[in-house]
Amino acid sequence: MSGSLNRRLFLNGLLGCSVAASPLVTPITLASAPWDTRLVVIILRGAMDGLDVVQPYGDPGLSGLRQTLSRGPEADAVDLDGFYALHPGFSAMKPLWDAGELAFAHAVSTPYRDKRSHFDGQDLLEAGTGMDVPRQARTDGWLNRLLQDVPGVNAQTTYGIGVDELQITKGTQDVSRWSPDARLRLSPQAQQLLELVYHDDPLFRDAAVEAIDITQALSEAPDLEPVENVMMEGMMPVVRGGGTRVAEFAAARLREETRIAAFSVNGWDMHARQGLAMGRRLSGLADIINVLRADLGTEIWGKTAVLAMTEFGRTARENGSQGTDHGTAGAMIMAGGAIRGGRVYGDWPGLSDTALYQGRDLMPTQDIRAYAGWIMRGLFGIEQSRIERSLFPGLDLDVDPGVIL
Amino acid sequence: MAPYDPYLAVRRFGTGLSPNGPVPADAGGVLADLDGPDTLRQQFEVPPIETYQAIDAEIVRLRKAKRVTEDTDEMARLDDAAAAQKAKAAPLFAQAVRARIARGIAAPIGFRERLEWFWADHFTVRPQGGISRRAVSTYWETAIRPNVSSHFAQMLRAVAMQPLMLGSLDQNRSSGPNSRFAKERGEGLNENYAREMIELHTLGADGSYSQRDVVELARILAGLGIRRGAFEWQLRRVEPGEKRFLGKVYGSDAPKLEDVFAAFDDLALHPDTARHLARKLAVHFISDTPDPGLVRHMAGRYRASDGDLTALYAAMLEHPAAWKPFGSVKWPFEYLVSGLKALGVPPERVMAASRRDMKRGFYVPMRLMGQTYQRPTGPDGWAEADSAWITPQGIAGRIQWAMNAPASLLDELPDPRRFLTDALGPSPTSSVRFAAFNAESQREGVGIVLASSAFQRR
Repeated sequence: MSGSLNRRLFLNGLLGCSVAASPLVTPITLASAPWDTRLVVIILRGAMDGLDVVQPYGDPGLSGLRQTLSRGPEADAVDLDGFYALHPGFSAMKPLWDAGELAFAHAVSTPYRDKRSHFDGQDLLEAGTGMDVPRQARTDGWLNRLLQDVPGVNAQTTYGIGVDELQITKGTQDVSRWSPDARLRLSPQAQQLLELVYHDDPLFRDAAVEAIDITQALSEAPDLEPVENVMMEGMMPVVRGGGTRVAEFAAARLREETRIAAFSVNGWDMHARQGLAMGRRLSGLADIINVLRADLGTEIWGKTAVLAMTEFGRTARENGSQGTDHGTAGAMIMAGGAIRGGRVYGDWPGLSDTALYQGRDLMPTQDIRAYAGWIMRGLFGIEQSRIERSLFPGLDLDVDPGVIL
Repeated sequence: MAPYDPYLAVRRFGTGLSPNGPVPADAGGVLADLDGPDTLRQQFEVPPIETYQAIDAEIVRLRKAKRVTEDTDEMARLDDAAAAQKAKAAPLFAQAVRARIARGIAAPIGFRERLEWFWADHFTVRPQGGISRRAVSTYWETAIRPNVSSHFAQMLRAVAMQPLMLGSLDQNRSSGPNSRFAKERGEGLNENYAREMIELHTLGADGSYSQRDVVELARILAGLGIRRGAFEWQLRRVEPGEKRFLGKVYGSDAPKLEDVFAAFDDLALHPDTARHLARKLAVHFISDTPDPGLVRHMAGRYRASDGDLTALYAAMLEHPAAWKPFGSVKWPFEYLVSGLKALGVPPERVMAASRRDMKRGFYVPMRLMGQTYQRPTGPDGWAEADSAWITPQGIAGRIQWAMNAPASLLDELPDPRRFLTDALGPSPTSSVRFAAFNAESQREGVGIVLASSAFQRR
């Protein structure tokens, strides 16, 4: 008896068709997308120290607050405009700044105040509500509410990337989830046999079809120019590693019908020896942004906005262990060809004792949601009233800072 | 209606089949798993709550000492000592995880294990940090496991006296509006626990109650508190006077903990509670869309027995609709444990697993499958709907584990043709049988059996 002949007969008999035309190897159909612009939201978990990332070295108060950290250009920070300097760990982003593709909003915060808990802070950032909404009622995220009732939106429109579900994408609108850590390496034979055992169970069959489809899309080289070692004009070489897999996956999806990708980058809680930790984190984040830029290609990057947001900032004063503790206002990082870069947005509150919030934290002068709201307006054309009512309920959008070109 | 199937009995209501493991001759044999002493509990120990409390107390002492010292070297030393105390909790947590997996594998049938997992989820806690984050297994061990076959009211009481539950749902911050504490500090009721107790633990969100009842139950619960990591009935937080909840009056001007328990007794026997619990069990063990007759039968027996959980289970097991093939999808934890059990992995092997093995073989796969261990995203616990688990991401995690884990766990893989019946019983479906017999390698054959929907369903 020939095993393979037997198998083929069995498969044909059972599926009533040849393996090649079976559901597991049929690519999913592409539908139309609601917008052409792209958004990437990165949640920086752990509370990034905005004062160290974008150092206001022109403020006379800074050097008194920070003895070993945030020493400005004298400690190799990259001067941006004579007032702010970029942490040396983020220096790979300077070419983007020069190209007008990188900007910051400083002294921003969510409405979260005083308790300074990571969980609650992230919860509020992702829910997009004010403190007036009780925690139990914050069941969905603002990216999900953004998608609700928009014609043309389907599950593919938005990808939450990573193994943990992102609160920001939770809600009634279907979104896709995938972790690049999930790798379905199956031999063709195993794939066929799995297809056989799932054939009569549509739930398993359909999920497996999509999983295999995503994995195949991942393993195929991007259909742009070879991006592995591409040197963009005036750019540092694109560095790839385990940390940039999310960016590679996000870019691969955003080149198809996906328009919004969200993921987290953890590890910003730096209570001790921040100098080292910040350098590593920021260069990792720079790699992520560079990979997005390289893999999206010039055209799509030109209509992309990347927002990196954190739950709150850190204490203005350095603590006793060369770190910083939980604070209030911080900075948001914005990148992409769709943004008006090369500038630091925001109303600078100053760093004198009286200017600090509760005498300890950078004073929030603007709601981070107002920036996010205007960016949604500029990027996707969401009406102002919807932003203030549904996306960020109760928010006053105020004046358009003009981040989107 | 399908007849009783002894192999389905262990797959659906237990922790899964094992090579040469016993199968119960009838539904009574499943229920008999709850009789007799809990030997598995002694065999594979979860660290007791006192161990955690001692660590907590030591950390509090070190923090206090830090506050009174001016010496920076001493401060640093105290910080280090506190960090060392905190670090002690991680191995305790790991030991508890291993014990829970080992019990599932070692259990001949495993109905008790499955019930513990079910009720632990029904009474989900989500500690927000500190040592308590590591002590969830201890809460299950103390409040849930000993009560899986008692009266439901007893479980309600046991849970309500658990610091983890009180802390997770803010009950320790609630005080009666006319309590001594509220008058001195100006703090009042927090309705969180009362609401979840009604919506999730007893009547169900579709039950017949009003917002007024939520407030009244919160007034009744005021006084359930925590002191030094342990439960305390705090008279200074208790709301004096009578409370009218669901048409009955509780409490007086001489408040006592028994007033709270009286409310639990009535809540437990409420017809909505009977229906809610019956339906939830049937959904969990049998199908996302359970037979309405089965649910009615279960709820009726529960009420007739004054809220006896064993009677509720007996009613489920004796009903023909409990034996309909094609059950609901296993949760990832259950899937992993049943996989190990089918492979015949010795429980001692799990108890001796290294941190690295646990990470690669358990924590990471669990996360990929969508069930980050002991970290559900809401107080309602893990989703019951099959579609919440069998997503592209979830199925990729399951297939990945099925294909790779067995070879890393066993020195010698079983013959897929034998493993087929070890895992699924003597009459697997023809497609799984075909796949097991025609795989290119032992590894793939075993992996496909584990990845099959037949094995992933209860």
